[in-house]
Amino acid sequence: MNKKIFKLLGATALTLAFAANATAQTRGGTLTAIIQPEPVILTSALNTAAPTGFFSANVFDGLVEYDNDFKLRPALAESWDVSKDSKTLTFHLRKGVKWHDGKPFTSADVKWTLENVWKKIHPRNQIIYGTVTGVDTPDDYTVIIRFSEPSLAVLSSLNSNGAQVLPKHLYEGTDILNNPYNNKPVGTGPFVFKEWSKGNYITLERNPNYWDKSKGVSKPYLDKIIFKVVPDAGARAAALEKGEAQYAPFSPVPLKDAERLAKLPGLKLETRGYDWISPWLFLDVNVDRPYFKDVRVRQALAYAIDLNAFNKVVWYGFGKPAVSPVVSTLKQFYTDDVPKYGYDPKKAEALLDEAGLKRGADGTRLRINLDYLPYGDDYKRSGEYIKQALKRIGIDVNVRAQDTPTYTKRVYGDRDYDLSVVWFAGFADPLVGVTRAYWSDSIGKNIPWSNGSGYRSAEADKLIEQAQSSSSQTERVALFKKLQQRVQTDLPSIPLLELHFFTVQAANLKDTVTGVDQIYSSLKNAWFDNTAKVAKAAP
Amino acid sequence: MKINNVVIRRLLQLVSVALGVAVINFFLLRLAPGDAAQVLAGEAGAATPEYMAALRAQFGLDQPLLVQFGKYLLNLAHFNLGYSFRHGMPVAQLIGERVPATLLLMGASILFAVVAGATLGAIAAYRAGKIADVVISTLALVFFATPLFWIGLMLVVVFSVWLDWLPVGGMFTIEAGYTGWAHIVDVARHLVLPAVTLGLFYMAVYTRLMRATMVEVRRQDFVRTAVAKGARPPRVLFAHVLRNALLPLVTMLGVQVSSIIGGAVLVETVFSWPGLGRLAFEALFQRDFNLLLGILLCSSIVVIVVNWVVDFVYTRLDPRIRFS
Repeated sequence: MNKKIFKLLGATALTLAFAANATAQTRGGTLTAIIQPEPVILTSALNTAAPTGFFSANVFDGLVEYDNDFKLRPALAESWDVSKDSKTLTFHLRKGVKWHDGKPFTSADVKWTLENVWKKIHPRNQIIYGTVTGVDTPDDYTVIIRFSEPSLAVLSSLNSNGAQVLPKHLYEGTDILNNPYNNKPVGTGPFVFKEWSKGNYITLERNPNYWDKSKGVSKPYLDKIIFKVVPDAGARAAALEKGEAQYAPFSPVPLKDAERLAKLPGLKLETRGYDWISPWLFLDVNVDRPYFKDVRVRQALAYAIDLNAFNKVVWYGFGKPAVSPVVSTLKQFYTDDVPKYGYDPKKAEALLDEAGLKRGADGTRLRINLDYLPYGDDYKRSGEYIKQALKRIGIDVNVRAQDTPTYTKRVYGDRDYDLSVVWFAGFADPLVGVTRAYWSDSIGKNIPWSNGSGYRSAEADKLIEQAQSSSSQTERVALFKKLQQRVQTDLPSIPLLELHFFTVQAANLKDTVTGVDQIYSSLKNAWFDNTAKVAKAAP
Repeated sequence: MKINNVVIRRLLQLVSVALGVAVINFFLLRLAPGDAAQVLAGEAGAATPEYMAALRAQFGLDQPLLVQFGKYLLNLAHFNLGYSFRHGMPVAQLIGERVPATLLLMGASILFAVVAGATLGAIAAYRAGKIADVVISTLALVFFATPLFWIGLMLVVVFSVWLDWLPVGGMFTIEAGYTGWAHIVDVARHLVLPAVTLGLFYMAVYTRLMRATMVEVRRQDFVRTAVAKGARPPRVLFAHVLRNALLPLVTMLGVQVSSIIGGAVLVETVFSWPGLGRLAFEALFQRDFNLLLGILLCSSIVVIVVNWVVDFVYTRLDPRIRFS
């Protein structure tokens, strides 16, 4: 099968994108966005934290972009081919692209970044590029990547977040993680870095030489973007309400404030643009605990939680009950043909009785602790809801709070926990984000966001390894569906919700979402519709 | 000669206290579970053993604790506060960038607390038992008892969102790019709410303190003598009553200056003020110990120096007290 078809799809998507923008975009304006927490460094090739990714894509392009259907769209690479055995990947790079310091962008930059950063440092990419045996650059605009085994997941992770190209001429021979350009990035992207006042703001200015021009329109439309650091949620809500900031991603205000803000005339709530992250919330069960070794006890936990009510009460409907760790928006990989555990407390109690956990004299079967991801109130309330739900079936839960390093060490290092509420990003290919929760190789090695349950299944491990190196996408899809059935049968962790994050933005800020990975891609298409604002102000 | 002795003794005291603080903090902070690499990997949302190892090497965390401690002491001996690997900057530079914002906020809030507190306290004392006294004392009690962050949020809701008089947060309007006088006015507008929020608690303390001492001082014989010899009321107030009533206020002022970094954490967070308090708070959660040690060391020196100043002011206010 020749995969040139990707090129065709990309080209079609591009035309469609232009046709859709019938209204004329206005150039100019300064966008004030809220970035929270403040990024550590400004290059997401070295740190994949959400705020860094949100910022960094404006300065750096990816090799490709993703459209609203997970299809690839050309960016720094104009086209790409995958060989018949899926072991060779060729990129044809865009000509005439310049780094912000004026040096030309070439295949040498891609080769250097792949060999030194994606393969060695990038926290997610090692599973994708680990089997690279060589990178050839026959000319300045061609990159040929050779793998020892097929690595089809690579196609899901070629945007600015997954494959950010760093300028070789500024990084080669330096201590990469301590390179000063991590804090004053030089990219090829639509906006040029100006200033970072720590704890305060970061400013970007329009790149006048940006490559993305067609039909006389040159992107980006905005003149300037200011990323403000606003640490307090109440202050973020006030700043948005007053119009001091016009764009705030990653659920910037508490869920209970979101609805109120959405009703204000100048603001709107946007839930698109997060699909590439494929986030799912789950309850990790420490299967090394003697009382959780029995699968019936784990199933009882699942039967005891009413996910619809949980979604409504705790998450204000910003989620969807999950049936599998692969979210339903990943249509290709998702299957609902898995064992399901609908709300049934009676069955839960029966299972616990069967497993020998009888109610004691005080009605309690078991006393355990629950730790939640310390990322805010929503996770705390999730833990409290589960405490109430489990109390009904005779399990007494103590909810514990701690800070993030304590939490990750407890779950992934010391493994000194019973239950934990956490979300993972599954990403566009389950190999990148989902399998890490089940692969037995990472247990107890103190690696944050890996296999926290301690689940060891030879079958699951084998399915994951096969999916990693399979050369056929059809086969990979079948393997991932089998994996979902396996883990939903063994239930080392209980999927709770597919999370719907949201962005609060000014209503007159247009075209902020042009792909499934929008929050990790640039705002080059965004523009202020000043006519709408005037019309609204008139009455 | 005598003065020299005092200076040398005080300096020795400063060095030993600062060193003690540094050593205790160094080991105390290591008791917190997890390290900076774990925080970074946690934030990254994904990690591999190779990534963790690279981060630990970058932070120097792969070395034995005693080696790290030795390096830290060696740095201190060279007046070097070390390097924050998380921020990719020397600690001294990070602190230096944040100090002006914090000094401005501290200065404004202390000025507000002292002036408003002393004035209100004096009015209350002169009108003891009357309506003005009741109103002032009640307000003082309310501000004394209300949590800082709540006052801050309420001020934002009222003065920024409803009335739209003042900005929500930040230190200046970045978008406008003001310079010169316009910039100063802009910063002042941003300063009002955080300075008032940070100052209100101590204003309440000063009001109560001032009222109590003034009521007491006014009953003293020397005040009666001053009035009897025909001194005008303003002179009685400033030369006789106020000067004697100021001593406890100066003591509290020393306490306020020393404790203000703690209060600044909350206020700087609520008002997005780019100051030192927030930097310290974040450094703790990020396990950025070089930075946190630097800030703690600097603030311990500030506390010691402020105590000297307070001692010195005592001697000016009350000649019976000697500076030794």
